[in-house]
Amino acid sequence: MTAARTITFKLNGAPVTADVKPHHNLVELLQTHFGLTGARESCGQGLCGCCTVVVNGKAVSGCLYLALFVDGAEVTTVESLDTRDKLSPVQEAFIEASAFQCGYCTPGFIMMVTQLLDQHPDPSDDQIKHYLTGNLCRCATYPEVMDAVKLAARKRKAGATA
Amino acid sequence: MTDTLNPGSAKVGSQVGRSVPRLEGRDKVTGRAEYTHTMQVPGMVHAKLFRSTVAHGKIKSIDTSAAKKLPGVLHVVTVDDVMKVLKSPYYGPAFHDQPILAHEKVRFVGEPVAAVIATDPHIADQAVQLITAEYEELEAVYDEVDALTSKVYVHDVLKPAGTFADLKHLKNAKDTNLALDYRLRRGDFDKAYAAAAHKFEHEFKTQKVLHLSFEPFACIADYKDTHVTLYDSSQGPSFVRTEIARLLGWPENKVRIKVPYLGSGYGSKLYIKLEALALALSMIARKPVKVAYTFEEMFYQITRHPSTFRIKSGVDKDGKIVARKCEVYWNGGAYADIGPRVTQKSGLTAAGPYDIDNVWIDSYALYTNVTPAGALRGFGVPQLVWAYEGHTDMMARALKMDPVDFRRKNIAREGRPHTTGQMLKDSPIEPVMDKVLERMNWSQPFDKGSGTVKRGRGFAIANKAVISPTTSVAIVNVSADGSTTLYCGTVDMGQGSDTAMAQMVGEVLNIPAESVRVTPRDTDVTPYDMGTLGSRSLFHMGHAVKRAAEDARDKLKALAKEVGEPEGSNIPIADLFQKRYGMQAGNVIGSGIYKPDYTPPAPGTGQSPNVTPFWMVAGAGAEIEVDTETGHVKITKLINVVDCGKAINPKSVETQISGAALMHLGFTMFEKMHIDGGQVTNASLADYKIPGFHDVPAVMENIYIEHDQSNGPFGAKGVGEVATFCVGPAIANAIDDAVGVRLMEMPLNAEAVYRALRIKQGKPLENE
Repeated sequence: MTAARTITFKLNGAPVTADVKPHHNLVELLQTHFGLTGARESCGQGLCGCCTVVVNGKAVSGCLYLALFVDGAEVTTVESLDTRDKLSPVQEAFIEASAFQCGYCTPGFIMMVTQLLDQHPDPSDDQIKHYLTGNLCRCATYPEVMDAVKLAARKRKAGATA
Repeated sequence: MTDTLNPGSAKVGSQVGRSVPRLEGRDKVTGRAEYTHTMQVPGMVHAKLFRSTVAHGKIKSIDTSAAKKLPGVLHVVTVDDVMKVLKSPYYGPAFHDQPILAHEKVRFVGEPVAAVIATDPHIADQAVQLITAEYEELEAVYDEVDALTSKVYVHDVLKPAGTFADLKHLKNAKDTNLALDYRLRRGDFDKAYAAAAHKFEHEFKTQKVLHLSFEPFACIADYKDTHVTLYDSSQGPSFVRTEIARLLGWPENKVRIKVPYLGSGYGSKLYIKLEALALALSMIARKPVKVAYTFEEMFYQITRHPSTFRIKSGVDKDGKIVARKCEVYWNGGAYADIGPRVTQKSGLTAAGPYDIDNVWIDSYALYTNVTPAGALRGFGVPQLVWAYEGHTDMMARALKMDPVDFRRKNIAREGRPHTTGQMLKDSPIEPVMDKVLERMNWSQPFDKGSGTVKRGRGFAIANKAVISPTTSVAIVNVSADGSTTLYCGTVDMGQGSDTAMAQMVGEVLNIPAESVRVTPRDTDVTPYDMGTLGSRSLFHMGHAVKRAAEDARDKLKALAKEVGEPEGSNIPIADLFQKRYGMQAGNVIGSGIYKPDYTPPAPGTGQSPNVTPFWMVAGAGAEIEVDTETGHVKITKLINVVDCGKAINPKSVETQISGAALMHLGFTMFEKMHIDGGQVTNASLADYKIPGFHDVPAVMENIYIEHDQSNGPFGAKGVGEVATFCVGPAIANAIDDAVGVRLMEMPLNAEAVYRALRIKQGKPLENE
């Protein structure tokens, strides 16, 4: 096993450092160094979306993204979205629309839907389906996720004008 | 908080029947919900597995020397090492047939042969690559029908676990692959069939598919010489505790199973999976050991049963089915797991929801040299419905009868006996069918398409008997501030059981469900439950929870009397404790146990007046388009209807129906484990496709009817599996309607449809 290297990056807004090995992926880095378990490895091939993390403003598959590559980057995880007393509109919408069952894939969906609504505040059904093709849910709560995305879009709009 | 003892206006129905948002919702959307796969325990080390590359063989040697030398490797373990800490390394719910690591023989490709324990999972992985093994390969048997007569035997001697009476006769059986031969006999099939005006015989098959929970299997065992704790992604912690205690020769109270939320299970995480291995490794390492599978490894743990179903029916001149013979072969793989129960419990409904006087059912659990098979959202029933509802439509077509009229003539109605002899009650098959037909606009003219795109529609109906007899226990604890905690062993793996159970407590105690705390499952504190399986929990645990809450309520009232409160007093609960104990102290603890009445089926005939406490009833209808140039099938409408008795949480019921139907849509249309010489060749999500956003039908309706379940808690019954039953045959019947071809085996992918179209045109394609 090869030697570790020290990297520095911004994690959910705060500067952090970690010693990582070349074969470590971003999910492992977040889980073992920082105790953040919202991004999870499932398929290990970047196909299911359970490991979705935002790096420099873009959603990536944390299971395929080598930890070393976040050196100097800004990393945002699902754990950044809520505060003690408030959930994000997307999180609220997922609860209200019952858009999950086991919840294992949910953080990945939440991250991807947040990015979708940043880019398309009022998405069409086709845009939603297309955008979320890379997020799979074995409990198959797709119809409920569709409802949640639309609800979240309304919540965000209402929040922006409030 | 339990506000007061007797609130002025009793809010009956205020908690049950309400779409309470899930209690764990916040933890799940913030990514903070705990799962075993992502859990860490201080001091924990990691294990990875070296697996068999042959389907059937004697182990000649295992070379672990290179692996042991790798820095960071603590132990390389074979079954010989396991047997130094656990005398008998065999486990299983029905048979003690599965070794913790392969013992003398390997019986399927992917079977664990050795384990590496290391400080880091990557080191363990690397060390696994350095292990080699030599096998003397044996002939293997893969097909379930072949297995019945094959001279290749997967096991030399059968070892029933002793828990199930109908397996005892198989003790020490030799020269057989048969792990259970279930039979039902009613009337005289041979005579009635011989006399029937019309005779039909078909053979249906289902393929090997698997659960693929997104949280792969995971278990952390922390063995101490005085007690052991397992952190476990399990659907049945009580069973795990019993089995681990048995392996150790310990009393159960020294074994603790802690189960956080599950990244689902669908039946895969039942009974015992990684637990015995994790235990043995922790005993050897004398540290907590985590075994966490990769996605690929799930293909070598447990799958659904492939099946072959030969079904024969005799029909009289008026279209009444007078005789039916069912021969079902279940491909159980190398280890029995719960296969024999699947064989029996689904076998008893193999003749379908029809009123047939003369029935013969043989249902065979068979060992083969592939990944073991167990329960998957339906306990075998989806495979049966696939056959009998295809068969029903094929008969109606041949008899030139309308498929609705044909079913109406044959449906088993309430007050009539089921094929087991039990009188049907709370089994609204016809109302469910009528709801499907209504939502399909069945009586309206239907556009059959034109040119190269043909349209068709089809439907199916089914029932299932909930597994019986099983036991659930619950405890409701009211604390001195009036707050309420529920202890129940039902595992919330996504179905929303914590919320539904809290609603039942809330209904009895007249408090908001949201205020009830449901403790995470921990066998040190949560009482016994048979397992979260087979749609049993809402009914069985629901009864136990309701009784526990009623017991707590009665004890609160007794406490009020004891402290001198007048009858009907509306004293705040907290004041009650204050009065009794002089400070905020004490508890009121209610408990409840439920086990339904049951009469075992008579040996040989399978007849019983009381084989199940409730029937699940389902129907589905599909409209589809077939592109006759490619064979591609597009589902344009899918209607799913179930009877839920009473919807405790209507939104959860709808989500369960929808999720079950879509999961089964994947099994119907494209999912299949491809196996070549015993080797799974598509063991990854890249090669094994599951439903995504684009696979959801353009129109999908998920409907429940509420036919009061007269013996159910608040009139309710379970709905976790029921919407899986009819999707497959409804679509196959629709394809037949569209293009006149009948597919006898799932999946119904473009290739299968196109090949069938070419055969129909008299221009069959060559095989691959």
